[in-house]
Amino acid sequence: MDLAFTPEDIAFRDEVRAFVKANLPPDIADKVANGKHLVRDDFMRWQQALGRKGWLVYTWPKKHGGPGWTVTQRYIFENVCADMNAPGIIPFGTKMVGPVIYTFGNDEQKARFLPGIRESSVWWCQGYSEPGSGSDLASLRTRAVREGDHYVVNGSKTWNTMGHWADWIFCLVRTDPGAKPQEGISFLLIDMKTPGITVKPIIMADGGHEVNEVFFDNVKVPAENLVGKEGEGWTYAKFLLANERLGIAAVPQSKRGVDALKQIARSETQDGKPLIEDQDFRNKLADLEIQVTALEYTELRALSAMAAGGAPGPEVSFLKIRGSEIQQRISELAVEAVGYYAMPYQPALLWHGANEEPIGPEHAHIAAPRYFNVRKTTIYGGSNEIQRNVISKMVLGL
Amino acid sequence: MDLSYSDEQKQIKEGVERFVREQYAFETRRKIAATDRGWLPENWAKFAELGWLGMSFSEADGGFGGGMVETAILMEAFGTGLVLEPYLPTVVMGGGLLAAGGSAAQKEALLAPMIGGEKQFAVAYAEKQSRYNLADVAVTAKKSGNGYALSGHKGVVYNAASADTIFVTARTSGGQRDEKGVTVFAVDAKAKGITRRDYPTQDALRASEVTFDNVSAGADAVVGQVDNGLALLEGVLDRAIVALCAEAVGCMDALNKQTLEYIKTRKQFGVPIGKFQVLQHRMVDCFTNAQEARSMTLMATLKIDDPDATVRKKAASGAKVQIGKSGKFVGQSAVQMHGGMGVTDELAVSHYFKRLTMIDTLFGSQQHHLTRYGNLSMAA
Ligand SMILES: Cc1cc2nc3c(=O)[nH]c(=O)nc-3n(C[C@H](O)[C@H](O)[C@H](O)COP(=O)(O)OP(=O)(O)OC[C@H]3O[C@@H](n4cnc5c(N)ncnc54)[C@H](O)[C@@H]3O)c2cc1C
Repeated sequence: MDLAFTPEDIAFRDEVRAFVKANLPPDIADKVANGKHLVRDDFMRWQQALGRKGWLVYTWPKKHGGPGWTVTQRYIFENVCADMNAPGIIPFGTKMVGPVIYTFGNDEQKARFLPGIRESSVWWCQGYSEPGSGSDLASLRTRAVREGDHYVVNGSKTWNTMGHWADWIFCLVRTDPGAKPQEGISFLLIDMKTPGITVKPIIMADGGHEVNEVFFDNVKVPAENLVGKEGEGWTYAKFLLANERLGIAAVPQSKRGVDALKQIARSETQDGKPLIEDQDFRNKLADLEIQVTALEYTELRALSAMAAGGAPGPEVSFLKIRGSEIQQRISELAVEAVGYYAMPYQPALLWHGANEEPIGPEHAHIAAPRYFNVRKTTIYGGSNEIQRNVISKMVLGL
Repeated sequence: MDLSYSDEQKQIKEGVERFVREQYAFETRRKIAATDRGWLPENWAKFAELGWLGMSFSEADGGFGGGMVETAILMEAFGTGLVLEPYLPTVVMGGGLLAAGGSAAQKEALLAPMIGGEKQFAVAYAEKQSRYNLADVAVTAKKSGNGYALSGHKGVVYNAASADTIFVTARTSGGQRDEKGVTVFAVDAKAKGITRRDYPTQDALRASEVTFDNVSAGADAVVGQVDNGLALLEGVLDRAIVALCAEAVGCMDALNKQTLEYIKTRKQFGVPIGKFQVLQHRMVDCFTNAQEARSMTLMATLKIDDPDATVRKKAASGAKVQIGKSGKFVGQSAVQMHGGMGVTDELAVSHYFKRLTMIDTLFGSQQHHLTRYGNLSMAA
């Protein structure tokens, strides 16, 4: 056991730093640093730069075009990217549907879809949840009926993250309504431009648009877009959820969040002194930093176990639980730190180049919207209640 | 001891609850929030007509002789509907300053028309650097002729854009954070030298940054005594805290009602999600939190007129801490139990959550009031 990086790791870190420095467009880094909204093109420019280098799908094995990095290298890569204000990599292609396709798809599908994910020329979104099927995903009702060489899809999906920017959607659909709920589900890849698909925005509490409803009205999907076997979709979905829960701990982002919070506490004042000198506030920050450290070392343990050949098991659920709670706590303390200047609502400032002066200090306007927004983290990706159910059943045997 | 409402108070309660039910459906509120003012003059006229604007002032001041209990009844109902009309800044804060410190002439010129619905107020006390310390006043009032000239900046002043009169704290002597040397002035909102930057707040109210540049205020603009305005302001804001706590209790009750209804009807895994024990317990904790908030608010309502300032301050700070804590728990839980729906703009849930979040900050955070309470309570 050794915590220290090897000389190779250090060389690797320097290589990643040099790459990010040379390839991350400064306007994008600036937006990330200041919590501004990113647009599709921002994500695409960065992801395509990573794609050209072969690093976008950094968790993939070599044989599918990934860099085949060790667990330590992945960890270093994620931390350097977060430290240097790179946008988060959109997981739908790289961490979700990509691995499903290379694990369960046929050769044709691999040849057809994997390059677009590796290069980030195609934007994917996830079509699992439905209005009536959130936590109870297996109750989903969007219907796909086989007619000759295609399926006809009818129904609706919801909470579709960035679906308004997507080229393709991977969907769980019901192909056999007669079978047990989990057994009648299939995994379909659908081109968002297919006639019969409508995307309708859902506005979030902070005023932003990041999720959508997606309606399917007699949408014709070629049968060759079925991944794996008809009726096996639930198995693939579960495989994918395990992957999703791992990345969701967001440790590098939370580390940066704590740093940013310290910065805020240094510039805010109370009775003429920096807020960071207030013992109560300082203790809250310290407590938060300890929580992040515990999470980080838990994740390192999980990664190290995976490096030794294990697959992510149900225990990764608690990384999601704690990761999300910590993100929320960071946002809560930011609201506390900025005091009265959490109150002005200036949505225009969330966009780059807004022609409006902030009312309070530069860092203040975003505190409340972010606090409202990150309530989502304990709801999506399997709510924290569901994650606790999983742990109590699968890990503790209750 | 009797903690029940009198018949008259019950009538007020029924009246204001009816107003909220009939005039403040969630979609109506959304439309009101989107108007230029952010509140409706028709509603304000109705408040005047129903006597709500004068309810808590003495008959000598032209009011109807009620007090904190009546104010709390109104504010609680306003909280259930997230009412946007500026009752708190105009009546409780501005009106409160006049009632507690105003001269007969000031009361006649300002309080009487306020009670009649013709005047609106804003109270400008916070500054960019002040956080929650009311004595941290950098706005200056320099002697000029028979009166004063005010200069400096006040931040997040609720209702300044609609106000006819702005009450502002300014330093007439002493250092920036000295308790002595703060004076309250009543200045015409349109006075020369006042500039505003208006904006909506996170919870759909309206506030402004207000800059004073050599604004002249006559000696008759001083509310209360020169240099001794801090105690006046603090007393009025303690009352405003209690009013705000009552509003928060209304918010929590409405939120709990909506969440309870939701978890009884939303089905997953073939059953209403309210069948899951973890949600049942969380709902119970929400209920408990709202009850504690109600109790602390009642305590503060009844103690706010205590002649002993320490009793009054502890009551206000204690209630504010409770409201902050309970409001956060109830708000976060309501969002969580609604799942994805809870984080949308579409449902009222997120709007109550936002208001409760801002209430936690307004007039001082939990931490601020915990410290204030602790200092008063442990000081032997
Ligand atoms: C911002 C955001 C982005 C999202 N992005 C996507 C996306 O891109 N693609 C996609 O397919 N989905 C997405 N989702 C959907 C997300 O996965 C669901 O919101 C989530 O699964 C919860 O479902 P629900 O919203 O229907 O809540 P419900 O399932 O109705 O849950 C409501 C409450 O009940 C609780 N509950 C439910 N069942 C149980 C139980 N058995 N025991 C205890 N408590 C329970 C939940 O924890 C929650 O607190 C997103 C959601 C959000 C908010």
